[in-house]
Amino acid sequence: MFRIVGEALALDALVLHVSGAEVGGVATFVGIVRVENAGKRVVAVEYHAYPAMAEKVMREIGEELERLFGSLRIAMVHRTGRLSVGEASVVIAVGAAHRREALAAVSHAIERLKHDVPIWKKEFYEDGSEWLEPASVVPRAGINK
Amino acid sequence: MGRDVVRVRVLLFARLRELVGSDAMEFDLMEGATLGELWERLREGFPSVRAFVHPPLMAVNQEYASPDRALTGGDEVAFFPPVSGG
Repeated sequence: MFRIVGEALALDALVLHVSGAEVGGVATFVGIVRVENAGKRVVAVEYHAYPAMAEKVMREIGEELERLFGSLRIAMVHRTGRLSVGEASVVIAVGAAHRREALAAVSHAIERLKHDVPIWKKEFYEDGSEWLEPASVVPRAGINK
Repeated sequence: MGRDVVRVRVLLFARLRELVGSDAMEFDLMEGATLGELWERLREGFPSVRAFVHPPLMAVNQEYASPDRALTGGDEVAFFPPVSGG
């Protein structure tokens, strides 16, 4: 399951989605809107996405995870719209036969998502707002090739 | 025989969308024009884009592509800033 959604994220549903008779462990990552970033007090965050491409790149990341860590069950869901401090922006759940693959895959998944999936964050402060634009991100043409 | 004119759809996201004031538009190009040439066309047509100093990330049909990528009719092009999801 690889999706961009507009509503609140539910971890339980994703854990269920990646569970199964052959799954011995599920590892999860939940990204949460934090009150402080780079010394500024954050009051809200707006996430925007290019949904068709974001879901496609997430599926490609899923294929990469299985090449690296073997057979997995993967759920990766990112929320868009305006979020308050404390709300979940992204949830990743990976089910594997063994814990080591599940933990490694979920860690790899969030790093790849932050680097490649076309989603953008605008932070709102008490006195204004700002798009976050990491300075040195190199585009990856055809991440599966 | 001259080259054909082809039409591509351009999507803009995040700060680029705000600078241009539009989320999508269409451009007519000579067949074989590149992604980088299209970006220059956009910069010429919308001087506000010059506030965006770094080259953007570029995609064609929902896949990352480099500026030398040749475009064909019906392509869905996207220009956007470095990503910041998560």
